Amino acid sequence: MSKDKTLGETLQERGVSRRSFLKFCATTASMMALPPAMIPVIAATLEKLRRPSVIWLSFQECTGCTESLTRSHSATIEDLIFDTISLDYHHTLQAASGSAAEHAREEAMQENYGNYILVVDGSIPGENNGYSTIAGISNKAMLLEVAAGAAAIVAVGSCAAFGGIPKADPNPTGAVSVSDLIKDKPIVNIPGCPPIPAVITGVLVQFLTFGLPELDQLGRPAAFYGNSIHDRCYRRPFYDKGLFADSFDDEGAKKGWCLFKLGCKGPTTYNACATTKWNDGTSFPIEAGHPCLGCSEPDFWDAGSFYKALSTPTEDIGKTAVYAGAAGLIAGAALGASLRARKQSAVKNHERVTIDDLDQES
Amino acid sequence: MTANGMPASTIASSAPCAPPTGNLVPLLHEIRHALTRWLEQGEEHVIDLRSIPLAPGEEDSLLEQLGEGEVNARLSITGPSDIIETRYPAVWLITHYNENESIIGRFIEICEVPGILKSQADDIRAGLERLEDQLSNAETRA
Amino acid sequence: MTDAEFLLWVRGPAFTTATFIMCAGLVIRFLEIFLLGRKADLAEARGSAFAGGFRTMFKRSIPDAGSFERSGFTLVSGYIFHIGLFIVIFLFVPHILVFEAATGLSWPGLPSNIIDATNVVTMIALLAVLIHRIKDPVMRMLSEFNDYLVWFVTFLPLLTGYLAFHRVGLSAPMLIGLHILSVELLMVLFPFTKLSHAFTLWMARWYNGAIAGYKGVQS
Ligand code: SF4
Repeated sequence: MSKDKTLGETLQERGVSRRSFLKFCATTASMMALPPAMIPVIAATLEKLRRPSVIWLSFQECTGCTESLTRSHSATIEDLIFDTISLDYHHTLQAASGSAAEHAREEAMQENYGNYILVVDGSIPGENNGYSTIAGISNKAMLLEVAAGAAAIVAVGSCAAFGGIPKADPNPTGAVSVSDLIKDKPIVNIPGCPPIPAVITGVLVQFLTFGLPELDQLGRPAAFYGNSIHDRCYRRPFYDKGLFADSFDDEGAKKGWCLFKLGCKGPTTYNACATTKWNDGTSFPIEAGHPCLGCSEPDFWDAGSFYKALSTPTEDIGKTAVYAGAAGLIAGAALGASLRARKQSAVKNHERVTIDDLDQES
Repeated sequence: MTANGMPASTIASSAPCAPPTGNLVPLLHEIRHALTRWLEQGEEHVIDLRSIPLAPGEEDSLLEQLGEGEVNARLSITGPSDIIETRYPAVWLITHYNENESIIGRFIEICEVPGILKSQADDIRAGLERLEDQLSNAETRA
Repeated sequence: MTDAEFLLWVRGPAFTTATFIMCAGLVIRFLEIFLLGRKADLAEARGSAFAGGFRTMFKRSIPDAGSFERSGFTLVSGYIFHIGLFIVIFLFVPHILVFEAATGLSWPGLPSNIIDATNVVTMIALLAVLIHRIKDPVMRMLSEFNDYLVWFVTFLPLLTGYLAFHRVGLSAPMLIGLHILSVELLMVLFPFTKLSHAFTLWMARWYNGAIAGYKGVQS
């Protein structure tokens, strides 16, 4: 495919009808939670889009994000859009390996310097290069080098966005997120473990159509991460009524009651699972009867057990109370003894009670 | 598979117990308002059903209430799309499927004919080219 | 610190610290009171100290007719916010889970929207009480910094709880984190301020009742 053709021309050449294209624009708008009035705008912009170059780097990751993206959809027009994107370098997907692959990356960088989009999945280990190296280049060095020529960076998955599982306590590799290392480029975070595939494609399309999307405090596109799971959860009426499942197979669970007691992190998790859902809109964890793990939030792995209610302390409070009681006993006994001694001496010396004594606060 | 493409097992497990969100009636009113606006000002309106939280089963009951009218068209465009005029003229239900026949988008449009049902200028042009090619091929052969 | 990290901190180290201070503080305060000891009453018992003490602990919760006339407002608003606090603290399911995590004990809760309504009523009653404290010349004269502090740390969890429940303004992790933090503030101050009356009240009533009971006097 020629690099200077517009997306519209390419699609036409491939025999993709205008109707197909409109359908794609309509479903994409719906996915991006844009009002239907925006459909013609998406169509007009995408049509004129010229093939952007994309470099995809994978660092400390499990390939789940790439799997999520590539396995979920059958051949659809999204794939054509992806064809239109020139995926010049993707560690996992490309056929070339070793120095040939690195050569492709360098070429793509040179050709589109300052204009390509850098997609990253996986977190970046700290100073010790031994944790993760590609073709002898440390992850950090490669990220800095490629980021320097990128127009913008998309961090796919919780690892790239927030450090994810590699960063979980005690963070053996000293893992950090993309935004920990890169400060001078626009970064879009698409967290999730993995992110919803439709959200990955949706953000990329949104990015290509409208430029940098509106981002929240954590760099997530508001269109997909603007609502919490809890706000959009169909079990919410049960939460409000105070009807909770107490275990995975009790009456409440069978009746589809709220999963808060079973550790649901929906109230603090921002993602599109409750509306976009998974597997082409079939279902999502809560609909399948499992509490939300909060995988698209920072440090989700360290928020205590997945099955511990969100409102409860993460540490062992019962034990703390017992220790505190013991400490209090010792301190209190000492204090009590000294007060008693003071009282006895006061009685012996016939000390007078003054106004100040009575005015003591505690 | 059921009418709206949801695997039957999912519906059976979650539909009977999901409490209604209460969004159904307001939705029907939105359609009513849109119809009045169309009659008075000719203004078209699109509702994206994905943008409205509906409990499992609630969408089915919406579709049931809208029913099926005189037109039922199926488009074959990278996965089928169903364009159905509901019991209420000018209220169209458009369901887009991907090639696995899973729903990827569902809209209600209030208009005379949904835009996507009309032949598109680009496609007409391409079609004309094909016809001309065919004719000129036939002529040279003749 | 991201909002998520903040929430982790308040649920983790901060909560542990607050629990420690509250529990140790309470034990110290109790011992301080008990170990002071009381002079043995050498008079002959005319009634049961136990029955008197026990009865008074509860009987004093019922106001007599006279106090209604004298300070009806204080009584009514006081009752409303105390009962409200009880309901909001002990009958909201996410709170019950906290008590369960700490003690292993659990009990049924109320629907969340009832808790929410109770919370609003409680906040209004607390505001009314504060206005009364500021407006009434006698109350104002009696009030010290500590009284306002105690009012504030009681009101804050209700307010942050309301905001967290309705998810107003900030991100959900931040709102819930702030709510828990405000409770931790309350916990830390609890043993060392007038808030500890939640416990000492019963001891004081017991003493009063027991003394009267021993003397064979109605109290
Ligand atoms: S299941 Fe989770 S997200 Fe749904 S209402 Fe209950 S707590 Fe909220």
